[in-house]
Amino acid sequence: MGGRLKSGAQPPPPYQKIIKDFDTMKISGAKIVAETLIEQGCDTIFGYPGGQVIDLFDELYLCQDRIRNILTAHEQGAAHAADGYARATGKVGVVIATSGPGATNLVTGIATAFLDSVPMVAITGNVPTSLIGRDSFQEVDIVGVTMPVTKHNFIVKDIRELADTLRTAFKIAKSGRPGPVLVDIPKDVQTATWDFEPKPDPVRPYPVSFASEGKLKKASDLIAHAERPYIYFGGGVISGKASEEVRKLAEKIDAPMGCSLMGLSAVPSDDPRFLGMQGMHGHYASSVAEDEADLVIALGARFSDRATGNKSRYAQNFKIIHIDIDSAELSKNISADLPIQGDIKDAVFRLTAMVQKKEHPEWSARIAELRQEEKKRLASALALADKKLSADRLTPYDIVDAISAHSEPEDIVVTDVGQHQMWVAQRYPFMKPRTLLTSGGLGTMGYGLGAAIGASTASGGRTILFTGDGSFGMNLNELATAVSQNSPIVIVIMNNGVLGMVRQWQTLFFDKHYSNTTLERKTDFVKLAEAFGAKGARVVNKDELKKAAAEAFAYNGPFVIDCAVNSDEFVLPMLPPGGSIDDIITEIK
Amino acid sequence: MTSNKYVIGVIVSNVSGFLSRVSGMFTRRGFNIDCLTVGETESSGYSRITVSFRGDEDIKLRILRQLEKLHDVKEVEVLDPNETVIRELLLIKVKNTPSTRQDIMTAVEIFRTKIVDYSTTALICELTGETSKIDAFIELMKPYGIMEMCRTGIVAIERGENCLKTK
Repeated sequence: MGGRLKSGAQPPPPYQKIIKDFDTMKISGAKIVAETLIEQGCDTIFGYPGGQVIDLFDELYLCQDRIRNILTAHEQGAAHAADGYARATGKVGVVIATSGPGATNLVTGIATAFLDSVPMVAITGNVPTSLIGRDSFQEVDIVGVTMPVTKHNFIVKDIRELADTLRTAFKIAKSGRPGPVLVDIPKDVQTATWDFEPKPDPVRPYPVSFASEGKLKKASDLIAHAERPYIYFGGGVISGKASEEVRKLAEKIDAPMGCSLMGLSAVPSDDPRFLGMQGMHGHYASSVAEDEADLVIALGARFSDRATGNKSRYAQNFKIIHIDIDSAELSKNISADLPIQGDIKDAVFRLTAMVQKKEHPEWSARIAELRQEEKKRLASALALADKKLSADRLTPYDIVDAISAHSEPEDIVVTDVGQHQMWVAQRYPFMKPRTLLTSGGLGTMGYGLGAAIGASTASGGRTILFTGDGSFGMNLNELATAVSQNSPIVIVIMNNGVLGMVRQWQTLFFDKHYSNTTLERKTDFVKLAEAFGAKGARVVNKDELKKAAAEAFAYNGPFVIDCAVNSDEFVLPMLPPGGSIDDIITEIK
Repeated sequence: MTSNKYVIGVIVSNVSGFLSRVSGMFTRRGFNIDCLTVGETESSGYSRITVSFRGDEDIKLRILRQLEKLHDVKEVEVLDPNETVIRELLLIKVKNTPSTRQDIMTAVEIFRTKIVDYSTTALICELTGETSKIDAFIELMKPYGIMEMCRTGIVAIERGENCLKTK
């Protein structure tokens, strides 16, 4: 009974002990979960206990030497932490919560991971199967709730299927375009016992499909005929590990590159062909270059409305080659002239080998001109803001610059959502893939602190969180977690006393009706940090900021820098919602 | 934009929640469907869903690719209407009066409809056929007073050797 090792088979050494332990007895569902997580290479879980996962946490307690447990302040924070861990490492992040409210608190975190294609396995407890469907205490149909925001989800009602369901969950989460998978485990399945047959290795992803040779040939023909090619890349280049391939393609065909918010950090920001993020708050040069191109090569990007503006006025003058691992993206937002489904790294590598080396001197000259124009427009917008708001104020770019002066290229930068997110996206010099973690698709305010804890847990190194007073207010309870973990996170609050992004829209499109965006709060973030056991400093000018940044980067733990920012700072440029490149706003009088 | 009618056959793992997943995808992505039917197949463990909808080529592609992405979906195929047998079943309860009885019977005969229940005040007809035939029969019954009706939605299967099966 029990162990399933065929006689004579030699188990791989690390598992010898486990197999011996299991050889003679059946083990509980809770232990099967813990052992399967370890088998799948999970070294850290983020979670929060409760009545329906008490058995599972009991097992995790017993194997703390093999799997680290991070207790957060709230399940949402745990979900964002698992997401941050996954984005920082590329591994599957794991979060565990109890039934009912524990499970529903995960939903925003799961949806955030879903929209940004982050591999995650969320495990929830549920009431015993005999009580399901009776509105029992803390019962929620979390599988029903999360169906539209997961890649797939399961409820395991039979302990015999538990281990393999978890393995499949990991497999789905990391295959193709990654995403979150939820596994709901009723309490009686955790307490039941069954044989466990450990597997020597984590599951492999489903085989990827490769771009067809014929389609790549067509792509190389389109490129050969293009005078003004432009590469638009997205987060798929990071998850597909194709940064180098994309840079080589750009170099060989002499094309400028721009990216979506999710694509940032895939190529070093000082790459001479890189024009920065494009779209609603993207760089002037990249947005205009795309519009003037005759061929756009979209790589691992999904043509989000924030990246393209008004679809009916997009792509009037250029052809599109669209390469993505997810075939459903190829016809979803834009119907490309040449859609190609396949692994991005392989496709770009083969495409680069096929194309002739080319130079486009006229196009390059035009790009240089656009860069100059961008500089001019930026200087003019900044000068205008100086005149309007005061020249010696602390500008958002000053804050980003002061922080990046201290950071190392491998430091992970996390943002929340709003104006500060865009300022960081525009200004911060990202050098290595996976060094920007931001909620791009869902735009989840309150994402940052949890994600920063996850990233810091994964890397063990310095993590920088840029946030706003609005976003930070949403989930600042996780400061408690950062303190308990002694996470070296530099938390930079761009504190303007308003919900700046919405306020910016109200200024521009709603006759300055600042409805519910003025935060008349009296929060003292320094005292707040201290109350949580962290450190903090308030800064109102560049000198103070410089001093505080030095102190924060030298401190081994969470440090809050509360930066005074004027409430009338704007994120510029801006393509108004529903607008196109012709409507670009680069300064506000 | 040309609007065509499409019929798609889908083979799905017969696991708990698969129907919610498939129908939920249509709702979530904003695709309108005319009808969706589901039932057993020749192999246990798999169910077959038949979906029909109107749309252009673009919508068709988007629906196909979103369906293919679902973990429980094993096979998806657009069925060519010229190469496919499409059937639907109708049960319709019509008022039975001495003055209309003979006319109803004539229609029933011409349409090769079966009477499956008969009383002095009401009768139930069962009709199988393509959607257009069913529509025509319902239209014909309207003046006599339709008391209640239900139709199954279409099922469809390709002619010849071609089969929609999991590989």
